[in-house]
Amino acid sequence: MLYDLTLEISYDYATPANSGRHALRLMPAHIEGEQRLVSGNIRLSPGPTERRDRTDFFGNAVTDVVYRKSHSELCFRLKARIDRTAMPAELDISPPLKALGRELAAIQSLGPEEPVHFLAPSPRLPQSPAFAVYAEEHLDRSMSTISAVESIGRALHRDMTFDVEATTVDTPALAAFERRHGVCQDYSHIMIACLRSVGIPAGYVSGFLRTIPPEGQPRLEGADAMHAWVRAWCGIEIGWIEYDPTNALRVGQDHIVVARGRDYGDAAPVKGVLRTSGSQTTSHKVDVIPR
Amino acid sequence: MSLDETAKEPEYGLLKSYQPYPGVSDELLDPDGQVRPVWRPFLNHLNSLTPDEIADRFARGNQYLNDAGVYFRQYGHDGAHEREWPLSHIPVVISEDDWKVIAQGLVQRAELLEQVVADLYGENHLVGEGYLPAGLIAESPEWQRPLVDVYPKSGHYLHFLAFEIGRGPDGRWWVLSDRAQAPSGAGFALENRVATGRVFNEFFAKANVHRLAGFFRRFRDHLVDLRDETDSRVSILTPGPLNDTYFEHAYIARYLGFMLLEGEDLSVKDGRLMVRTVAGLKPVSVLWRRLDTAWTDPVELNETSHIGTPGLVQAVRQGSVTMINALGTGILETRALLAFLPRISERLLGEGLKLPNVATWWCGEESTRTYVKEHAETMMFSPALSTSLPFSSAQTDFIGRDFGKFHKGILETWIDSQNQNLVAQEAVTLSTTPAYHDGLLVPRPMSLRVFLARTSNGWEVMSGGFARIGRSEDASAIAMQAGGSAADVWIVGGKKPKKETLLHQTESPFFKSQAGALPSRAADNLFWLGRYVERAEGAVRLLRAYHARLLETADPESPLVAQTADFLESVGVAPTSAPPIPEGLCAMLQSAVISASKVRDRFSVDGWLALNDLAQTANGARRAMRSDADVPRAMGLLLRKITGFSGLVHENMYRFTGWRFLSIGRALERAHRMADLLSVFTAPDAPEGSLELLLEVGDSAMSMSRRYAVSLSKATVLDLLAMDPKNPRSVMYQLTDMKEHISVLPDADEHGYLSDLARSVLQVHTTLAIATAETLTPETLTDLRDQIGYLSVELTDAYIR
Repeated sequence: MLYDLTLEISYDYATPANSGRHALRLMPAHIEGEQRLVSGNIRLSPGPTERRDRTDFFGNAVTDVVYRKSHSELCFRLKARIDRTAMPAELDISPPLKALGRELAAIQSLGPEEPVHFLAPSPRLPQSPAFAVYAEEHLDRSMSTISAVESIGRALHRDMTFDVEATTVDTPALAAFERRHGVCQDYSHIMIACLRSVGIPAGYVSGFLRTIPPEGQPRLEGADAMHAWVRAWCGIEIGWIEYDPTNALRVGQDHIVVARGRDYGDAAPVKGVLRTSGSQTTSHKVDVIPR
Repeated sequence: MSLDETAKEPEYGLLKSYQPYPGVSDELLDPDGQVRPVWRPFLNHLNSLTPDEIADRFARGNQYLNDAGVYFRQYGHDGAHEREWPLSHIPVVISEDDWKVIAQGLVQRAELLEQVVADLYGENHLVGEGYLPAGLIAESPEWQRPLVDVYPKSGHYLHFLAFEIGRGPDGRWWVLSDRAQAPSGAGFALENRVATGRVFNEFFAKANVHRLAGFFRRFRDHLVDLRDETDSRVSILTPGPLNDTYFEHAYIARYLGFMLLEGEDLSVKDGRLMVRTVAGLKPVSVLWRRLDTAWTDPVELNETSHIGTPGLVQAVRQGSVTMINALGTGILETRALLAFLPRISERLLGEGLKLPNVATWWCGEESTRTYVKEHAETMMFSPALSTSLPFSSAQTDFIGRDFGKFHKGILETWIDSQNQNLVAQEAVTLSTTPAYHDGLLVPRPMSLRVFLARTSNGWEVMSGGFARIGRSEDASAIAMQAGGSAADVWIVGGKKPKKETLLHQTESPFFKSQAGALPSRAADNLFWLGRYVERAEGAVRLLRAYHARLLETADPESPLVAQTADFLESVGVAPTSAPPIPEGLCAMLQSAVISASKVRDRFSVDGWLALNDLAQTANGARRAMRSDADVPRAMGLLLRKITGFSGLVHENMYRFTGWRFLSIGRALERAHRMADLLSVFTAPDAPEGSLELLLEVGDSAMSMSRRYAVSLSKATVLDLLAMDPKNPRSVMYQLTDMKEHISVLPDADEHGYLSDLARSVLQVHTTLAIATAETLTPETLTDLRDQIGYLSVELTDAYIR
């Protein structure tokens, strides 16, 4: 499926910012066999003093921009065309949950795709017994790893309420979980924490959803802004699968991957430091149109 | 000094009750209870002193530490407190032969660690071949992903290391912990040395104790050689004054002549690391960081850090700066690594560890857990990824035997559940060394911190170190936070130490400071230090005059007293009666202390102590004083102390750019206040006695009577206090002073074009120069005051923002 994608993120500063440095993870990824980036560019206004592209540890494309001039507004615009491949449904040959640890222990590599990076608590996702208790309630140890992932994902979707007012980008996952309210970032963080607590390596994916669903299907939650979902490691044979807890479904052709990491901090679309004293307002527009 | 000719074993009264613990080595006594030869000369000396002499000498060492401003920050339930530095005055004496074994072992270990960290951020053979578990490294917060595949510019990851070592019951030394992130303690080792050298001065001067200065000089030369261009700087990056080892950062910066910087002083431009200075951005190509990796860059590392430099990792990645040590080297401090290093040494170096580390088991494998459970009684347990020193965290580290037999089953279950998150280590027994207690020597457990630096000749070991001495026989109470103390380490024997050409005896600073730019933040703090101190002086003079008049009239409503009170209120020190010293005055001095604390590397210890004394005197007087009548005397005392401080600073401070900012601050404040005072107290409706008050506050009564035969008039007062170019209290004098300082600041005069600031100060100066007593009305004086005040804004815009 071919998509045309546009994204616009803009900021208004109450008092002008003297300088700023931002790392942008906005460009859709090129993933062999799953997703092809046909073309894409990021435009910035005002134009930055410095701009440089690099790839981070997890293989995400990063654009570093630096401003040294005073500015009171800032806008990032992304235009891209992506070819997303449909993924055939796999046979569930994932090991039972109780055997997953043995497969993990056999890994002798620190490559970015290895599950060893995704089991420990990460900067934005400290451990908490609340997640472990919840996760244990929704699985048993003889289940296959894939069934365990889906079971926890479905449970969260049932127990959580999608609510854009309940949380902000910095709300800890535990706080959102206690309220059982949140947006895709919270759903994803909570699910990752639950999976890790039962020994399933899990990571965070940021990306886009198609704006208008195919005919006859419901519009998905999270299509108005950048979206987020979860990837989980289901053994050496299967590797990674992706699951969208906000919509309770396995990720398919409607999802476009931008960046992957351990939690939001690794994949944040805009991360940076600004020298300004005042407040700021942000707006965010997304369009993902099939061609 | 001959050691063994003594026919009879001397009687050491000091050792009357010196009883080493069974099964523990002792540094002083050999296993047969005989004093080791290496200790004898020192013990003979100590034994020749009376208890009173010893007490005097110890006091001398303490006085030195006190005067040098060495303190120790203790963290308690109610926050941090500065405590006296806990020096154990008896040095640890180690023979050169013992030291050679330690040094060889640690140099080998340093080379091993360099290869390990290079592998962890590079090829990953150790994980790939099963020498290290992938999960252990991947789960450590100290393995910094943004630094993977970033090769250090200098070719080396490690340049400065510390090792914590101890001596086991069999007399062999063990490595307890590796410090590779940002090792501290070398500066404290120097201070311990100076203090202990003063305690035993005649003995030390003749004793064959290895000196420390050469080590620092060669490391300093190595860092200087690592620079790209001769105009770039070697700097030390500190977390700031709130850090518990900030004293050491400032001390080492002063000692080695390096710039002391905080994260906000630095900026990354086009991938190059730069320091913001009063002369613009200047390159920094070597940065000795005393800040843990995670906090150094909020864009790529810990995003909550407010003490880092955005873009620093990018600067490192582009090879524009050498970090001492490389970012990410904190992974080497991971406790579980000790379990794997013996095998890794065989793999990487083709030989075993020359100096073993404490036996360690990582509990991530079932066979290891079985062994650990069987020997749990004698093991210490701690988190596998812990990077703290052994015994430093009572919450997480504990010894199996303390768990008790009763709980054995529970302990085993717990070991299984902790799995890869747990390490077990042989519960070490540390050797004991003498400490002086109530007139006698007593054995106390000890560990040593040894420092290694890379120099042009490879790794070099500091011949000495930092000893931690336990408070009781319990080795776990060795941390200073737990009441332990610190001692100097004397390596004795071999060739007489070579005379180091410069001041080697006192181990004092011997490097010429790198000439160059002043960081903007330091300039800002010096400028405000000058302003606050001068502001306090003005307030003190005025308060003294106010209270003197209040005493005479006993009427707060009398016109002159009331006007003075109003003026004091307008400058933030409204007079109060109980307590009679206003809080505003103490706040001004406190602000001065805060500004000074941020630039401690830039001015003398005496100046720092004088300023603190001043602030404490004001606080003390405010607490103690109850009657207005005492105020003039207290103000007199404060005034003398302020003058003393200013004298110290201005007499002793090197005439560099920093001194100019301090001087500009002082001159600006004085000129501003005088213009302000004149505008009020020369007004046509000013109460009687105003002119006398001006002369008193302006400390110019004598000049007045010498210069003017005529009686006191408004015109003569304005002439003396506003326009007289020779009176240091006049506005004109201070403006001239500022003009001169500003004219030599960077960019003040670019090809004949004055900077905005230089032009403004010239303008104000000229306005006053062409004024006469008649044209200096309250309105023009107010205007003058505001123009002077605005110079502060212009100065900040030009040099500090």
